[in-house]
Amino acid sequence: MTVGDDLTGACCDAAGRMPPPGPAAPPVRLDRATIRIGGRTILSDASLTVSEGAFVGVLGPNGAGKTSLMRAILGIVPVAAGEISVFGRPVGRGNHDIGYMPQFHGRVVPRLDGRSFIAAALHGERWGLPCDWGWGRHRRHDAAEVDRVLALVRATHLAERPIHQLSGGERQRLLLAQALVGRPRLLLLDEPLASLDPHGQRAVVALVNDIRRQLGIAVLFSTHDLNPLLGVMDEVLYVGRGAARLGPVDEVATGPVLSALYGTPVEVIRAGGRIFVVADT
Amino acid sequence: MFAFEFMRHAFAATGIVAVLSGLVGYFMVLRGESFAGHALSHVGFAGATGALLLGVPPLWGLLALTVAAGLAMGLGGRGTTQGRDVAIGLVLSCTLGFGLLFLHFLTTSATRATALLFGNVLGVDGAMLGWLALFGAACLAAMAVLSRPLLFASLQPEAAEARGVPLRAVSTAFLAIVAVATAECVQVTGVLLVFALMVGPAATAQRLTASPGRGIVLSVVLAVAEGWGGLALSWWTDCPTSFWISALSTLAYLLACLPGVRGRARLRA
Repeated sequence: MTVGDDLTGACCDAAGRMPPPGPAAPPVRLDRATIRIGGRTILSDASLTVSEGAFVGVLGPNGAGKTSLMRAILGIVPVAAGEISVFGRPVGRGNHDIGYMPQFHGRVVPRLDGRSFIAAALHGERWGLPCDWGWGRHRRHDAAEVDRVLALVRATHLAERPIHQLSGGERQRLLLAQALVGRPRLLLLDEPLASLDPHGQRAVVALVNDIRRQLGIAVLFSTHDLNPLLGVMDEVLYVGRGAARLGPVDEVATGPVLSALYGTPVEVIRAGGRIFVVADT
Repeated sequence: MFAFEFMRHAFAATGIVAVLSGLVGYFMVLRGESFAGHALSHVGFAGATGALLLGVPPLWGLLALTVAAGLAMGLGGRGTTQGRDVAIGLVLSCTLGFGLLFLHFLTTSATRATALLFGNVLGVDGAMLGWLALFGAACLAAMAVLSRPLLFASLQPEAAEARGVPLRAVSTAFLAIVAVATAECVQVTGVLLVFALMVGPAATAQRLTASPGRGIVLSVVLAVAEGWGGLALSWWTDCPTSFWISALSTLAYLLACLPGVRGRARLRA
């Protein structure tokens, strides 16, 4: 335990060298940022600012770099040029202001219960014994934090069940709970709607929106289809062909803007309160 | 049976190795790296026979090669599952082949080969016991520091990376620990049966409980029980120890798989 505490101290020192965040520092700010991965340019000279408490849908063609953008904000993928800042500080690994929910690949699901799964994320970056091996005040404190995030995602009843017996939607709720551990101020959710049916998709979107309003945190939510987010998201961020465009849905999800981002003529059709993006063939 | 010194040594050695195997094995199974441990033990076989050829105690050859291979696997990074399977399979056959070659040059009796392949816990002497205890303690100390980030990285590598867990360093360090644990385990179960103590108890524990804390304890308890049970049974039946350990390990896993066992275990937990 003491080893872990020391490490946190070191981590805060590292952060302390950076300029203190201003009161109005935005959750995410790209200033002429360029991101390259293996010679491929994901973003080139992109500038945008995500405002406090905003729900931003992140869209774009497959492989356009939605995940890479999130990983750059997390400080895992390096910024080739320009700057990306999070709450006024340059990006860096292990930023506790950010909660990250990665895409759930078809990985082997561990035979563990939900509570242990979430507890593993709690100070999981510190050295030492797993947190359910702690005792006394630490252990009660940790258990309370796990209870808090379980309640936030309304998954308290899932805590004791083994993960491999849960449905896809229930697993997504636990992954979301894991991202909320440690009270982040910005949530990065990578394709949380993948492999969910429409009912499950609506439930996840509503849940994320509730949590965002309750905690007053900003959310970047990547998805294939913008319809499930209509009426919930404040802004949409389209990524494509090295460019990024952030703005209200009505301004960004238009034929001319999307045609430029997709690099092919695209028609945007609005019907019955839904938006259809159709490649013009 | 405790009247004989070699039995007392055997029980002590099995106890040390079982505690380490139960703990390390739990994380191996959780990370889906069971076959990495298996491959490491085969690498160790080449190391042990090579050491015999050079006139060095086989434990040193075992340790040197398993740790080197563990580090190489860790630093080599994560490939696709298929690529990993192929790599492990090739390493397995290649190192067993080299082991055979070294044995061929040794021209000593076949008992040495049998001892390495299937274990010879009854031949552990006081000095070996000391080395087993020392390396075992070092691995336990390393796991005490590593287990928290290792658990996080095993369950959610991307999220762990985002929170600042150095993924590659953690997985490489763990594979080095697996290597030492494998080399120790070979002393009891032999190269071919390390699964019996490293994977069997851990997999059984993961079937019986869904909490890592309880799972690790259960895995260690099962490993020690199966190891000591195997020794006692071999004393009474005059059959090889490794046979009984592997039989008990498999039996425990099959029992844990019976429908209903899990539910009852969960209610009690």
